[in-house]
Amino acid sequence: MDRAAIIGVGTTKIEKSKVGETFADMAWEAVNKALSDAGMTIDDIDNVVTTSSDFWDGRTISCMAVGDASGAAHKNVSCVEGDGTYGAFYGMTRSLSGSYKTTLVTGHSKGSQSVSSLITNSSFDPIYERALGMDMVTACAMQARSYMHRTKTTPEQLAGVSVKNHGNALKNPLAQLPMKITIKDVLESEMIADPLHKLDCSPVSDGCAAVIIAHESVAANFKQKPVWIKGVSFCADSFFFGDRDLSRAKALTEAAKKAYEMAGIKDPKKEIDVVELYDAFTYQELMWLEEMGLADDAMAGKLLEKGEFNMDGRLPVNASGGLLSGHPVIAAGLYSMAAVVRQIRGDAGGFQVKKAKTGLVHGVNGLGGQSHCVFILDKDK
Amino acid sequence: MTDQFQGIEPMVYKSKINVPYSWWAGDTASKFYLTLRDEKKITATKCVACNKVFLPPRKVCPSCFTENTQWVNVSDEGTLITFTIARRQFAAIPSDRKVPVIWGLIKLDGADTAMLHYLDEIKPESVTIGMRVKAVFSEGRKGNIRDISHFKPVSRV
Ligand SMILES: [Zn+2]
Repeated sequence: MDRAAIIGVGTTKIEKSKVGETFADMAWEAVNKALSDAGMTIDDIDNVVTTSSDFWDGRTISCMAVGDASGAAHKNVSCVEGDGTYGAFYGMTRSLSGSYKTTLVTGHSKGSQSVSSLITNSSFDPIYERALGMDMVTACAMQARSYMHRTKTTPEQLAGVSVKNHGNALKNPLAQLPMKITIKDVLESEMIADPLHKLDCSPVSDGCAAVIIAHESVAANFKQKPVWIKGVSFCADSFFFGDRDLSRAKALTEAAKKAYEMAGIKDPKKEIDVVELYDAFTYQELMWLEEMGLADDAMAGKLLEKGEFNMDGRLPVNASGGLLSGHPVIAAGLYSMAAVVRQIRGDAGGFQVKKAKTGLVHGVNGLGGQSHCVFILDKDK
Repeated sequence: MTDQFQGIEPMVYKSKINVPYSWWAGDTASKFYLTLRDEKKITATKCVACNKVFLPPRKVCPSCFTENTQWVNVSDEGTLITFTIARRQFAAIPSDRKVPVIWGLIKLDGADTAMLHYLDEIKPESVTIGMRVKAVFSEGRKGNIRDISHFKPVSRV
């Protein structure tokens, strides 16, 4: 199979409220940063994929509102609704299609402009569930309870994820919530929806991220050293909450397995050097690690306590600060991707980890991780 | 990216998205709600191939992609699979429900999948995974999910 590589990344600072910028303004900044990072001009881009959500943007065909500022005029532009990793997946297939050599992929959102609870309530089935008034926070709280019950993971271990990731963000100038906090701070923060405290939850955020994905035939034609996509897969589980074992993420296990196979990875625990995953809530980091086979079943909390997932640990996880330190929904997966690309290139700055030859990027779509996307990126082709 | 806008006060356009919308329930959910409203019975669809009973009922089996051809009555009693307690009055919570609001995922006897609903008539600190609960039906049922008012603990006789 032909190969594709990521040859440029650009991200805006993640902020609580970008009141001075429209969606297009954010896209303009992220796209120009990505082009400059790649050493490209907009004329070098063959096609554009934007990633957004109409409900979050408060308008239909939300993708069309950022096309001009993304340099999509007179180009083939299409849209993905979902996490940025899904946009990148589609962008990669376009670069591999033979019709295009380079694809610019963007993802944007502004949590600040709406009411998160009402937007995420709208993802529940309108006929059977929506009127009960649940939202993303209460849905994930239910999943957290289920995961903790099965694995005996403790509230202190969940809190440890928050302490680590907010601490990592101190080294990332683009993060929204760098904080030096303690486990006690997390446990004493407001109980929002049992068992999740305020500091177990990611904040409301604004931001835009862009990545440029090239076919192998042109990947070395520009300034950046290519970061190769070695494996990728996504997989979805049942829509209805009650159909799934919420304490598990079967779709993630499947997606990770396929991505490892494609990348030729036999022992992910040993072969993967750095991970950026979807930590919208603290429990998710531990649960996703186990479901991807990067920690033994029910052991992630204990390994976290030992410091294994610290920036200088055995397997650094969310060294950028993760989504707990800034969570622009939709753009999120592209922020994670940009962070891993920077790690592999060795230019992650303050949050650079020691060994970063092979990295894993993980994105999520749907309530409680109905669907998961896993990328394996590598320094070598 | 430039400083030509320094000192400019950011303007905000305040509005709302508000579009009346009707979801046709379809014949599967319609049958479920009619039975719930008129007979206070909870019904589910069954896949004959998988021998699995799905609640909420749907037309197609999510496991084997065949049509669920049978209807079965399930019990109004079941087991609590997981739950959460909202402590903050989130915007999505209906105005007639005040925190603490407890939602549970309940697997009714006779069903293979669990349904979402409220738990009530119980103190938040007494809720446990695995507890037995029973449906309480609403007065004045209208043919929607709130024709079940909530689930309450099964009292030990
Ligand atoms: Zn079936």
